[in-house]
Amino acid sequence: MIVRVSTEGQYELGDDLRGRLNELDDACQVAVEAGDDPRFKGCYGQLLELIRGEGKELGDDDLRGSDLTLPPPDITLEEAQSEFSGHGLIPD
Amino acid sequence: MAGLTGRMSTVVKAKVSKLLDRAEDPAETLDYSYQKQVEQLQNVKKGIADVVTAKKRLQMQETTLKQSVVKLDTQARQAVSAGQEDLARTALERKNVAQTELQGLDTQVTELEEQQQKLTDSEQKLRAKIEAFRTKKEVIKAQYSAAEAQVKISEAATGVGEQMADVGLAMQRAVDKTENMKARADAVSELEAAGTFDDVTALGSGEDDIDRQLKQLSSQPAVDEELAKMKGELEAGAPPTAPAAQIGEHSQAPAEEPASAAADAQPAEDGQA
Repeated sequence: MIVRVSTEGQYELGDDLRGRLNELDDACQVAVEAGDDPRFKGCYGQLLELIRGEGKELGDDDLRGSDLTLPPPDITLEEAQSEFSGHGLIPD
Repeated sequence: MAGLTGRMSTVVKAKVSKLLDRAEDPAETLDYSYQKQVEQLQNVKKGIADVVTAKKRLQMQETTLKQSVVKLDTQARQAVSAGQEDLARTALERKNVAQTELQGLDTQVTELEEQQQKLTDSEQKLRAKIEAFRTKKEVIKAQYSAAEAQVKISEAATGVGEQMADVGLAMQRAVDKTENMKARADAVSELEAAGTFDDVTALGSGEDDIDRQLKQLSSQPAVDEELAKMKGELEAGAPPTAPAAQIGEHSQAPAEEPASAAADAQPAEDGQA
């Protein structure tokens, strides 16, 4: 499974991590909906750590598309709440 | 994934397919992708140029503010030795505002350096990707029949399209931050235009704007402290006073003359031998 951390790069991860990723992703989503900034930062940080720690970073000549895309590491709660569900974050 | 990653993936896929839908046959897809990448690289370069311009502008403002700080400090000392406490206070208040702005500018210049670095990284990343893609597209064209090539090409183009969208995003975020910093730099320019950091001796009455008065309120204790310190230095006969300007009338008060605390004291020149 290939995961992209936006503005950072792509990582290749074992499929066995999918469950763990899902849990953290859901936790982030809950925190975003609750407007809980510290909790959002905490679990999004854990999600990124998991990917960077367990994944293998892909090189520039690797042209494969990603299975999953994560928001940029410096995403704010406000952005997570509004912008990237619509058309704000990825430019045309 | 239904959460953040799911939503983000959907947005990226939609962008990428919109990008690739514009081309139809394999060769066209490859060439179109390559052309878009080169355009993206131009945008990154423009972004870097914008950041550098903004940074230079802030550095120029820093220089101007530093000069204002020195000038206002000199004027405050002169006003104190001339016994004009009100004038000294005004000069110190302005110096205080200028110093606060200076600190802010310093942070902004550092932030701009970071943005510049990010954009430069993006540019290098993109350049490497483009070079890899250019090589690969020729290999793909040479190796595969049209039917096979279509599959290989769309795979490669999807990956590249995703990378392009991502570099575009990194660039957009860096440029957005730059815009914010430019807006803050403009705010400093407005303060300058409003005469906040100007020569106090050129000040007429009632020229204060609301912003400045609000800032003065918060800087008051610091001003009091500095004024007291300056007076102390003068009384101790210490301070290096620069050649006096046109403070008050035509005073060139000597340091040995203890400054009167009275707000509208006469210039101290009549105490001079």
